[in-house]
Amino acid sequence: MTKAETLLRTTPAGLYCPAGDFHVDPVRPVARAVITHGHSDHARAGHGAVLATKETLAIMGARYGEAFTENPQAVAYGDAVTVNGVTVRLVPAGHVLGSAQAVVEQSGARVVVSGDYKRRRDPTCASFEPVPCDVFITEATFGLPVFRHPPDRDEIGKLLHSLKTFPERCHLVGAYALGKAQRVIALLREAGYAEPIYLHGAMQRLCDLYVAHGVDLGDLRPAADHMKTPLLRKVFEGAIVMAPPSALNDLWSRRLGDVVTCFASGWMRVRARARQRLVELPLIVSDHADWDELTATAQELSPRQLWVTHGEEEALVHWANTNGLHAQALHLVGYDEEGEGEPAAPPPVEAGA
Amino acid sequence: MKAFAQLLDSLVYQPQRNGKLRLITAYMRETGDPDRGIALAALTGNLSFKHAKAGLIRGLAEARVDPHLFRLSYDYVGDLAETVALIWPARHGANRAPELAEVVAGLEAASKTEQPRLIEGWLDALDADGRWALIKLMTGALRIGVSARLAKTAVAAIGGVEPDEIELVWPGLSPPYTELFAWLEGKGEKPSGIARAQFRPVMLAHAIEDCDLETLQPADYAAEWKWDGIRVQAISDHGEMRLYSRTGEDISGAFPDVVDFLPAETAIDGELLVFREGEPTTFNELQQRLNRKTVTARMLRDYPAGIRAYDLLQQGEDDLRPLPFRERRARLEALLATPRERFDLSPLVPVTTWHDMQKLRGAPPSPAVEGLMLKRWDSSYLPGRVKGEWFKWKRDPHLVDAVLMYAQRGHGKRSSFYSDYTFGVWKGDELVPVGKAYFGFTDEELKQIDRFVRNHTEAKFGPVREVTHTGETGLVLEVAFEGLQRSPRHKSGVAMRFPRINRLRWDKPPRDADRIETLEAMLA
Repeated sequence: MTKAETLLRTTPAGLYCPAGDFHVDPVRPVARAVITHGHSDHARAGHGAVLATKETLAIMGARYGEAFTENPQAVAYGDAVTVNGVTVRLVPAGHVLGSAQAVVEQSGARVVVSGDYKRRRDPTCASFEPVPCDVFITEATFGLPVFRHPPDRDEIGKLLHSLKTFPERCHLVGAYALGKAQRVIALLREAGYAEPIYLHGAMQRLCDLYVAHGVDLGDLRPAADHMKTPLLRKVFEGAIVMAPPSALNDLWSRRLGDVVTCFASGWMRVRARARQRLVELPLIVSDHADWDELTATAQELSPRQLWVTHGEEEALVHWANTNGLHAQALHLVGYDEEGEGEPAAPPPVEAGA
Repeated sequence: MKAFAQLLDSLVYQPQRNGKLRLITAYMRETGDPDRGIALAALTGNLSFKHAKAGLIRGLAEARVDPHLFRLSYDYVGDLAETVALIWPARHGANRAPELAEVVAGLEAASKTEQPRLIEGWLDALDADGRWALIKLMTGALRIGVSARLAKTAVAAIGGVEPDEIELVWPGLSPPYTELFAWLEGKGEKPSGIARAQFRPVMLAHAIEDCDLETLQPADYAAEWKWDGIRVQAISDHGEMRLYSRTGEDISGAFPDVVDFLPAETAIDGELLVFREGEPTTFNELQQRLNRKTVTARMLRDYPAGIRAYDLLQQGEDDLRPLPFRERRARLEALLATPRERFDLSPLVPVTTWHDMQKLRGAPPSPAVEGLMLKRWDSSYLPGRVKGEWFKWKRDPHLVDAVLMYAQRGHGKRSSFYSDYTFGVWKGDELVPVGKAYFGFTDEELKQIDRFVRNHTEAKFGPVREVTHTGETGLVLEVAFEGLQRSPRHKSGVAMRFPRINRLRWDKPPRDADRIETLEAMLA
C-alpha cells in the first residue's frame, strides 16, 4: 500500500512523482511533465514529454510553436493513463479552457493537484469536479478572507452601465489573454451585448483558439484595422476594446482617444491594486477560487492532508488547521503571484504612429 | 453616507487632477450643509474624533474574525479601513445605513464606552464601500490621493474664486464651513479673521531638478542659503508667543530660549538651528533638542537654539503675505537691522549666472548649509508648493552601495508590495544594517524588487521578510542620503539622514558593496 504522502514531493523544478518519474507543472524543463493548464507559469516549453488535455496542448502549441515538446500526449477529461505504474487522470478544474486537476493514484492512494481552479460557472470552460482524495493540493492565490469575488453578472453590469454613462468614451478592458479575456467577452454576450468587440493583437490567437473549440464569442474584430487614421478610430468611441494588462497604459492605448481604463481581475477587490495600475473602472472578475470557494472546497473534500501551494498559503493553512483539517504549505517557487500572469506582449508596432 | 462613500470611491480611481476636481466640486454643489462641510473637513484632514481610533476599529474586527487571519489580511491589504471593510462578515437584517451628519453627531455625543456598539451597528448596516468610507472618516486618514490643497481648489470653483483666497481665510474657519459655502454661493459675506497667534500654512519650494534651470532668468530670483535645521514659524500676537513646526505643530514648549526673544507683533518664517558663537551648527546638534515636550536647563545651555529668519509674514496689523518677496524682505531686514538675541537674518547670496551659482552651491560657507534657495522677487507668500515661485537646490547627496537585508510591505499606494527596505554594508565579513528606505524607486523597479524579495525570502518575522544577503546572492541598492551621524542604537554605529534608493545595482555582486569604513570616513 502506497502512502499518499509519498506519491508527490517538492523539488526545485516543482511537484514531482518519484514512482511515476514525472513532474506536475514544472518550472524548469524536465523529461516528463503533466500540465494542468495553459497559463505560462504552469505550462512552459522544453519538456521531453507533455501530458495534458488536448485544449491545453493546443494552447501551448499556439504560444510556443508546435515544437514545444517532442512528445505531446493528449488525454480526455476522465480518462486514466498509466505512467510507470502510476495512474494519472485529468478532471476539469473550471479555471480556463482545457484546465484540469491532476488526479495521481497508486495502490489505492490518491493525490489531487488542483492546479488553479474556481467553483463558479464559466461559459468558456468545463466546471470544476470535486474528487475525494487523501491529499488535496490546492492553490491559494486569493487565500485571504478579504477576497470575496462578487457575482460576475454585477461586474459585467458595471461595465455596461459605464458604457451607457460615457457613450463617447472607448472602454479599454485589460484582461489576461488566456481565459479572462474570453470569459469577459462570453459574459458580455450572455448579458445581451451584441456590438463588435475590438481586440488588441495579442488577444487574437487565443480568441480564435477558443472559437475553434466551440466557444461562441460573437463579433470580434482586430483593433489594428481601425488604428490608422482618426476617422477610422471613430469606431472606438463607446466601443469595448480588449487588451492584455501590459497594454493598458502604453503608447498603443493612448491612440484610442479618451478611454475608460477597465481591468478585469480578482485583484481589483483591493483599491490600492487598482490604483497602482491607474484603473478607472475595476471589474472584480477572477478565474481563481475566492476565500469562500477555497474553504468550502477544502471542507467538502475533507482530505486527510491539505497541501497549499502558491499564493497566500499561510492564511489558508491557518484556517484549515483551526477547522479540523491537517494542512501545510508547500513552498513552490516560480509561479507568478498573480497566478494569471501572461508574458508581456509587445504592442504591435505600426509605422507613422 | 452613500454619496460620500461614492465620492471617495470615485476619487480613488480618478487618476487625473481635473477629474478629481470635477468630482469634488460636483459633490459640494449637490450636497447640502452640514454634510458637505463634514466631507470638506475629512478631505482637508480637519476632522478628528477622540475615541474612534484605528485600535478600536481593529478590535471590533478582531472580535468578529480570527485575529490571525485579520493580521495577515491587514498585512496584505495595507490599509486598515479597507481590510475591515472587506473582511467584515455580512449580517442580514441590520439597521438602515447612517447619514454623514448622523455619524459625526453620534460620535460626538456617545461616550467612550458607548462608541464601540454604535460603530458596530453602522458597520453592520453599511455595504463594503460604505464601511470603508465610514472608517476613513472616523480615523481621519483618507489616503485617497486628494491633498487639502486640491479639495480647497475644488471648493473655490463653486464660487469662481482663486484657491489662494480660500487658503487665506482658511485658518479662521472650522467645520462644517457653513459661512464659507454661503460666501462661495453668493449668500453671505467673505469670512475673515485669523485666530490669535494662529499658524499660517507654509510656502514650500520645488526641487530645482523638476524644472529646466536654463528657462529661469537669474534677475527674477533672489538666492539664499538653505540652512540645515528645521523650518519654523515664530509668532508673537498680542503677547501670545508661539513656535510652530512647518506642519503647524506647536513646539513652543521645547524652545523657551527662542520664544522668550520673539520680536513683538510679528510672524517670522525661518530656520531653527543650534548656534555656537553666533554661527549655526549642523542638524546633528539640533537633533538633540527635537522630539521633546520639555527641555532641561542643561540642554538649554549645551544646545542653545535660535532662528535664522527667511521671511516676514505679519507685522502689527498688516498681513504681509500678499506682498512680493522683495518688499517682505526689505521689512525683514529693517526689523533685524539691529542685532537681537536668538534671531538673525539669513543673508542673501548675490545671483550672477546659474553656472556660478552651481559652483557656489558646491562650496558653501558653512557645514550647516544644505544647499541654495531661489525665490522669485515678486512672489507672494502662498501656501503649499506653488509652481515656478520657489526652488530648492540641494547639495549633491552622498551615495553608497548597500545590500538589501530585510523587506516589509508598504502602506497606501504601495500596499501589498514589499516596499520598505532595510539595507546594510559590510563590517568584516558580515553585513550590518545602516538604514531603511522606502522611496526613490520607480513603480517598475518596485515590482522588480518585490519579486526579488518573494523569491529570496530566508525567513519571515511577522510582516518582515529576511532576504538572502550573502556575498554571492543578494540585491545591491545604491542609496543616496543627505548626512550621517553616530547612533548607538544601530548595530553599525551610524544612522543616515533622508536615505532613499537611488538606483538598483543588479549588475553588482553583494560582496562588492561598500564597507562600514567608507561611512566612518564620512563621519570624520
